[in-house]
Amino acid sequence: MKIEEIEEDIIEEFSMYDDWMDKYAYLIELGNEVKAMPDEDKNEGNLIRGCQSQVWFKAEKHDGRLWFTADSDAVITKGLAALLLKVFSGQTPEDILSVNLKFIDKIGLLKHLSPTRSNGLVSMIKQIKIYALAFSVEKN
Amino acid sequence: MFDVEKIRAEFPILKEKVYNKRLVYLDNGATSQRPKRVVDKITEYYLKYNSNVHRGVHYLSNKCTDANEESRIIIKDFINADSTEEIIFTRGTTESINLVANSFGDTFVNKGDEVVVTEMEHHSDIVPWQMLCERRGCVLKVIPFKDNGELDLSDIDNIITRKTKYVGIVYISNVLGIVNPVKKIIEKAHVVGAKVLIDGAQAIQHHKIDVQDLDCDFFAFSSHKIYGPTGVGVLYGKRDLLNSMPPWQGGGEMINSVTFEKTTYNELPFKFEAGTPDFIGIIGLGEALRYVSEIGLDNIAAYEKDLVDYAVCEMSKIPGMKIFGESPNKCSVVSFLVGNIHHYDMGTMLDQFGVEIRTGHMCAEPIMQHYKVPGMLRASFAMYNTKEEVDILCDAIRKVAAMF
Repeated sequence: MKIEEIEEDIIEEFSMYDDWMDKYAYLIELGNEVKAMPDEDKNEGNLIRGCQSQVWFKAEKHDGRLWFTADSDAVITKGLAALLLKVFSGQTPEDILSVNLKFIDKIGLLKHLSPTRSNGLVSMIKQIKIYALAFSVEKN
Repeated sequence: MFDVEKIRAEFPILKEKVYNKRLVYLDNGATSQRPKRVVDKITEYYLKYNSNVHRGVHYLSNKCTDANEESRIIIKDFINADSTEEIIFTRGTTESINLVANSFGDTFVNKGDEVVVTEMEHHSDIVPWQMLCERRGCVLKVIPFKDNGELDLSDIDNIITRKTKYVGIVYISNVLGIVNPVKKIIEKAHVVGAKVLIDGAQAIQHHKIDVQDLDCDFFAFSSHKIYGPTGVGVLYGKRDLLNSMPPWQGGGEMINSVTFEKTTYNELPFKFEAGTPDFIGIIGLGEALRYVSEIGLDNIAAYEKDLVDYAVCEMSKIPGMKIFGESPNKCSVVSFLVGNIHHYDMGTMLDQFGVEIRTGHMCAEPIMQHYKVPGMLRASFAMYNTKEEVDILCDAIRKVAAMF
């Protein structure tokens, strides 16, 4: 599935909830569904430092596509990471680099989460793009 | 008579809603709200009298200078300093401590000397001293605290020694909220000839301060935590000590005369106030202290003590609740965690209920390391908070806990 299509799906899923409390309950559900990372992967190299919670992202490349795993000590952050996994895992480095994400704005996350300060959502996206850049350079 | 509803009516922000819910503001340890009369005073001076202080001969400049200096008198009386020369305006507690570390520290602390802080200090009373140690080759020593949040003074005679030049103690920790026995430590420090700074950032708004009775050498606090504007702070220092210290920042206002051969410095307190101060902020702080004095700090302290005791009691009934700092001598802040729920998750969800509290390490990472947690949640109270708000907090915590 293309990134844009996955984004549409996420926007639609979130539009089912009117109340932010329900949207959060959904994020928590997504967070709880993320498979825990093995402890050895929760290392300094995979750590993305947010101000309030720790997030680990790991990238692997198979068949020209990037596959991500993620974990966090906070469940809501893990729910956010789960959304990014849905969007980016299995995509090509080129598609990851060229995409301009719109779902975060559309579901109102930016307004609700003050991402730069507290949850590292922006840092997570940045890290994913850095992984993509590194792998695309490697290919060339 | 302490009338909390009357006090609440003076703070327009308390009527605001967040996410269409009633605002329950319990992040007063980070910054308090300002009463309308403080904002009105600031507005009045900007709109009617604004002009730079200590410079002009004209009416407006004199008006602002007088009000600026009147604030200094109000502060002197508020903390019972001996003279207005001992009241120095800074940008906040952090800058006050940095002033001491740079001016006093670089003059009187030498290689091999020791500086002492407590394990429960805010970063702003740790980092400036670590920086001094790097510059001067002195050694940082730490007074530990016990699990109940009280300072552990059992080994104090081996920590504060003849080598000690400076002792920094937080009066009330911004995480543990326990009133420290500062007087006792000040006495110990003075026996060996060390100077003591009290970080009063979390005390000034809750507790009557008498710097002469404490006999502290320095006392630092911030305006914005006692219902005054942001960006203004105070450093109190004993006059003789301040006179023995060189200026820290150079610039306008702190000089007596300037030639390229030799500059002489102004008298106290101006030699430590380089550049244009935030004089309208200072005037606003004066108004805030006038307001607090009218209500009476003793009345405020009694009301808040009852409120915090109620909060601790009600919060303790929540399953999985862990409150940090269980000493009965608790004042103004209640830091906690619930079960295994991450502080960020709990804080994010409480926000959705309109309950605004602090999450994270609260600029006191050594305290987090002591309890082996990455962060905590903190409800911190002001004189306008109510038991009803405590009930809303507890109800919200229960509801959030059920989501995880």
